[in-house]
Amino acid sequence: MSCLKQSNLRGFACEQSCLTRSDGSATFNQGETTVLAAVYGPVEVKLSKEHVEKAAVDVIYKPKVGIPGCKEKATEQLIKSTCETVLLVALHPRTAVVIVLQEMQNTGSLLSCCINACCQALMDAGINMRCLVCAVTTTVDQEGHIILDPTSKQEEDGKAVLTFAFDSKTNGVIMTTTSGIYSSQEYQECLLSAQHASAKIFEFYRDSILKKLSRVS
Amino acid sequence: MEDSIGKVVIPGDILQNLDEKKGKIKVTVGPGLIRDGSHIAVTKSGILRHREPSVFWVDCHQKRYVPARGDNVIGIVTAKQGDVFKVDIGSSEPASLSFMAFEAATKRNRPNLNVGDCVNAKLLVANKDCEPELVCIDSYGRSSGLGILPNEGFLLQCSIGLVRQLLRNKFNVLTFLGKAIQYEVAIGMNGRIWLHCHTVRETIAISNAICRSELMSDEEVQIMSKKVVDSLQGFE
Repeated sequence: MSCLKQSNLRGFACEQSCLTRSDGSATFNQGETTVLAAVYGPVEVKLSKEHVEKAAVDVIYKPKVGIPGCKEKATEQLIKSTCETVLLVALHPRTAVVIVLQEMQNTGSLLSCCINACCQALMDAGINMRCLVCAVTTTVDQEGHIILDPTSKQEEDGKAVLTFAFDSKTNGVIMTTTSGIYSSQEYQECLLSAQHASAKIFEFYRDSILKKLSRVS
Repeated sequence: MEDSIGKVVIPGDILQNLDEKKGKIKVTVGPGLIRDGSHIAVTKSGILRHREPSVFWVDCHQKRYVPARGDNVIGIVTAKQGDVFKVDIGSSEPASLSFMAFEAATKRNRPNLNVGDCVNAKLLVANKDCEPELVCIDSYGRSSGLGILPNEGFLLQCSIGLVRQLLRNKFNVLTFLGKAIQYEVAIGMNGRIWLHCHTVRETIAISNAICRSELMSDEEVQIMSKKVVDSLQGFE
């Protein structure tokens, strides 16, 4: 029986519209992990990427140093499919929504931070969305304890890292990705604790929007 | 629904008992709202607005323009293609503007419009599945304020939220400044504002004042406009 070792998420913060030239942008911090997301869209699409019935979502992930490789391409794909699920892509056929993610600092739980930054930037850009999305990373350490929102060291030391993305409407799982070895029971428990933590992130989303718009209403 | 008017809504929120409140009146949902079965779902984060009797929409500070039929927009001519001009209106696709869609235009008498010129036009066709189409005349064939914008103006880009604010609110920065300074202005729903003043100094001052007024209350705008006018006339 595994138990929850670290039940708190690290402190998170967010700033919207931090870039002036993009249609929507946001920086998202989870502990020390920081990601800057910029959204452009709906914009003109390259003929090769055009879909006649929906908008093409294009995610570009920029690592802090070096050029993006296979790992980054895989991350892009994950974020792309997650965003496509929550965006109402059918409302803007033959266009593209371009999301550029810049890693600023990585101290663990990078993928969940990327997805959260994406969601904030998409909201800022005013693109039609079915619901909001948030992601939580968990890790299972060598003794089988579950750690929420792990740091890089905890990720390295643990035997498995699991990331889940949830939607705000039904709180159901949109995306899950895992690495390492874990039992099915550990998976279920990680899922439950992540789902529980996602409520806090959604609450934070609402608060940050309220704060931003309270001045104009 | 009633109690969330004027409040902040975020995507995924459900607005209920809309039909009960409004009885048999047809409810019109605008941008940011979508019908989801028997409910209305929110698709943008912003402030829920309502206009009598039953029009609802979400006010959202967005920067990218999505064409809507009947909008007055300011476009820049990017190409001439046979009988039509291609006009950039800031949307995902350039709009087309027929050379016949000008006042008193005939096959022989073409409008004098070149690449790079600005036009104030109305969207006749704005459908998500086809190319937007512009016209510079109304249904009577009159220009009614639309047409080519003179070359001496200044075009500035701002958010669509600001444009809506300027057009909705009677007591905005333009009216306050207009009491003291003479200028001409054309506002496009695509976030472009064309400005023409007597001097460059005035143009700079007014364009800065417009951009700064976005997140200000009416009183703040009034104070700011007064300051701008004072400094233009040499009082500090």
